[in-house]
Amino acid sequence: MKPADETELSEAVASTLQPLAITGGGTRPIGPSVAGKTLEVSSLAGIRRYEPEALTLVAGAGTALSDIDRVLAAERQRLAFEPMDHRTLLGRQGEPTIGGTVAANVSGSRRIQAGACRDHLLGVRFVDGMGTVIKNGGRVMKNVTGYDLVRLLAGSFGTLGILTEIAIKVLPDTECKAGLLIHDLKTEEAIQALSAALQSPYEVTGAAHTPSGIDGHPVTMIRLEGFEEQVDYRTKQLKAVLSKFGEIQIEMNQEKVNAGWKWVRDVETFKDRPGEVWKLSVKSSDGPKIVRRIQAEVDADILFDWGGALIWVLVAAGTGDIRRYCEPMAGHATLVRASESAREQIPTFHPQGSLHQRLSDGIRRQFDPRQILNPGLMN
Amino acid sequence: MLEMPAPSEEILDRKSDIVRRLKEVAPEATVIHDPDETKAYECDAFTVYTCSPLAVVLPSSTEEVAAVLKICHEESVPVIPRGSGTSLAGGALPTADSVIVGVSRMNEVLETDYDNRFIRVQTGRTNLSVTAEVEGRGFFYAPDPSSQLACAIAGNIAMNSGGAHCLKYGVTTNNLMGIRLVTIEGEIMDLGGPYLDAGGLDLMGIVCGSEGQLGIVTEAILRIVPKPEGARPVLFGFSSNEVAGACVADIIRAGILPVAIEFMDRPCIRACEDFVGAGYPDVEALLIVEVEGAPSEIDMQLGLIKQVAANHNPETVQESLSDEQSARIWAGRKSAFGAMGRIADYICLDGTIPVSELPRVLKGISKLSETYGLGVANVFHAGDGNLHPLILFDANSEEEVKRCEEMGAEILKLCVESGGCLTGEHGVGVEKRDLMPCQYSEADLEAQMRIKDVFDPNWLLNPTKIFPLHISGERRAA
Ligand SMILES: Cc1cc2nc3c(=O)[nH]c(=O)nc-3n(C[C@H](O)[C@H](O)[C@H](O)COP(=O)(O)OP(=O)(O)OC[C@H]3O[C@@H](n4cnc5c(N)ncnc54)[C@H](O)[C@@H]3O)c2cc1C
Repeated sequence: MKPADETELSEAVASTLQPLAITGGGTRPIGPSVAGKTLEVSSLAGIRRYEPEALTLVAGAGTALSDIDRVLAAERQRLAFEPMDHRTLLGRQGEPTIGGTVAANVSGSRRIQAGACRDHLLGVRFVDGMGTVIKNGGRVMKNVTGYDLVRLLAGSFGTLGILTEIAIKVLPDTECKAGLLIHDLKTEEAIQALSAALQSPYEVTGAAHTPSGIDGHPVTMIRLEGFEEQVDYRTKQLKAVLSKFGEIQIEMNQEKVNAGWKWVRDVETFKDRPGEVWKLSVKSSDGPKIVRRIQAEVDADILFDWGGALIWVLVAAGTGDIRRYCEPMAGHATLVRASESAREQIPTFHPQGSLHQRLSDGIRRQFDPRQILNPGLMN
Repeated sequence: MLEMPAPSEEILDRKSDIVRRLKEVAPEATVIHDPDETKAYECDAFTVYTCSPLAVVLPSSTEEVAAVLKICHEESVPVIPRGSGTSLAGGALPTADSVIVGVSRMNEVLETDYDNRFIRVQTGRTNLSVTAEVEGRGFFYAPDPSSQLACAIAGNIAMNSGGAHCLKYGVTTNNLMGIRLVTIEGEIMDLGGPYLDAGGLDLMGIVCGSEGQLGIVTEAILRIVPKPEGARPVLFGFSSNEVAGACVADIIRAGILPVAIEFMDRPCIRACEDFVGAGYPDVEALLIVEVEGAPSEIDMQLGLIKQVAANHNPETVQESLSDEQSARIWAGRKSAFGAMGRIADYICLDGTIPVSELPRVLKGISKLSETYGLGVANVFHAGDGNLHPLILFDANSEEEVKRCEEMGAEILKLCVESGGCLTGEHGVGVEKRDLMPCQYSEADLEAQMRIKDVFDPNWLLNPTKIFPLHISGERRAA
């Protein structure tokens, strides 16, 4: 099914007798496969409004991210949360859409400074499991009128409603970027260095660490952005702050900085390597300990982003649920890449406490009483 | 006029039983039921309507809150959560048959963690004292409502409050990492934590901004941010509101993100000048634009901003060159509400509009001011389009109160018509409750109420707020 607009979509949902598997660009398959009729929202596309002076953009949920990026770039603006492109890691084709990005609350490295996808949303329109069209929020920067369903819909993976339109806050792009690199740090030291950078007033917009960089050695990466003079000044200052951790290499070549951070954002380090990929969201200072626990049990490759608060883990196919090695852990683990059979067996999303589960189930029943929207995807 | 449901006689009759049960779980001194004393809780900062509650409980722990809610649930008594009572929307306004549960005694700092950049507090703690706790180490808590000296994190979370620094740092929901929530049944749960993003549905996201209707929040984990090295404003005077509005748009288009862009129109400038003598120019509109960073970064950004503004031929340009001059420029803006209060009674509206609509909406507001014969002064956060028109009236005249309310409603409708919303930071409460259908369809409101049905099936938590009474009626009666 490929409804042409919101009205058709709403009628299709209201009249369906089968569960629906909702797809945007189809570039981020996650969880067990949904048994149901495929419903594509890619026709609900197009930028409906863009006001650079108001920092707002409204687009159909099926709009390709690449279209949005292009239009923003022409005004020297951008999506500040820097959504990850999953195609590299998951080996998929297709075009990521804004709807899919919101439904999965996808952010990138700048999340640590600028906030997540959900933090940049101003409003949504969606169709619930009865086919009712619902709007929430709007297209203004500040809005506390009624309950905030916008935040709830972000990251709900289509299980509460099918997004049809998104209003989002955009921000000015920056003139200049700099990369600061420290080589050969031990994981603990690296996370401390990232923390020191993030505690400085220089508005670090990227803080990552790989224990095995392109040449196999550990690299700790920090990104600064701003006007050229600003970046020059901040680079000098931050270099002084971090000098106790080792020698600091400064990268000012814009293409190299961009390529380096795309490598982090899209987890390119795991791209052509077989195995299961997990995403752990943790308290950053716990990261090294959690990684040690995992590595005590199985071979695992690691990439830290968000100052260590995000850990990407690559383990061999068939490893099973690695959560059993992580506990106790303040945070959550998501299975991002695995064979279909592994995704059937291992819970994709982190198991919730019983009260949380009860409330989540209750909300799903309210928005989708027939359990037809991506049923089973999130639990 | 505001309509409130008649209190349940049956609950009023059971007052002494209910109070006795509450005293079994909370220390005697923290259960207030003498009408002379409950009177102190008859309203919040929205003072037009008042009503004393049945009783007030001020618990000192999450467990006590849970025990109190359990009793209220068993007794089917409505509960009004309360922080510091500074809501401008009547969010904490009680009914005669309700029990206020206030968290003001719960104001401890539980944990500060600079490595991971968060602070964990009990929610009775005031907004400013959170920043005070971390300031020594060069950090601050970003959302800064003007009421920050008094308002509690509890109310900030319930209202998803904002402040002058929001353009750059976001509002409460963007700075909240975790909460401890007590449900109406007295169950305790943690949502979020000292890590990023939700592992399942973002329930914390829906609790923030739900105005005390889903549970009582007793603890919060807040993101703290390194303080910038410095900040300095520049002030521009313009010959018209339109030109000032156009200048705001151009500054943003130029790729600069100031930490604040504040706007004042002539009536407001005059009042502030008379009150504190901030040295404001005699112009139709003024902008205060502030940027942050090291001295050289500030110079560079203010230079760019002045270039942009020059295209709009400002009548005055005052760049602050010292802390003292910065303080003077801000003095007028910060005293704006006090200054207006000297001239007349006022109500403060809180609609938000797309920045591109500024000139049109300001014109519309002055037209309404003529039609209704009441003065309006405008002072607001221009960068994010959050307007605060102050309507001046005489609170002793019943007729003027009515005219003022009608005019306020018309202004808010104008905000919605121009693509904006009823409230940008103060919340709906009872004040804007009956206007909700201007912004949201029946289906939109139904979707929101379904969330409450899940958290609070009997509609006991703050039940007469947000949703117009005729729309929530069946649920409240059930
Ligand atoms: C002079 C002045 C200036 C102001 N400036 C601003 C401003 O710049 N920006 C802004 O956003 N607001 C502003 N406000 C409004 C107000 O200060 C905020 O809404 C504030 O967050 C309310 O906090 P409080 O603790 O006083 O909450 P209260 O007034 O006690 O309660 C507010 C709401 O929160 C609910 N609530 C309270 N505690 C809890 C809890 N523990 N759990 C669940 N729900 C709870 C209440 O039921 C009520 O609905 C201003 C108010 C005044 C008087």
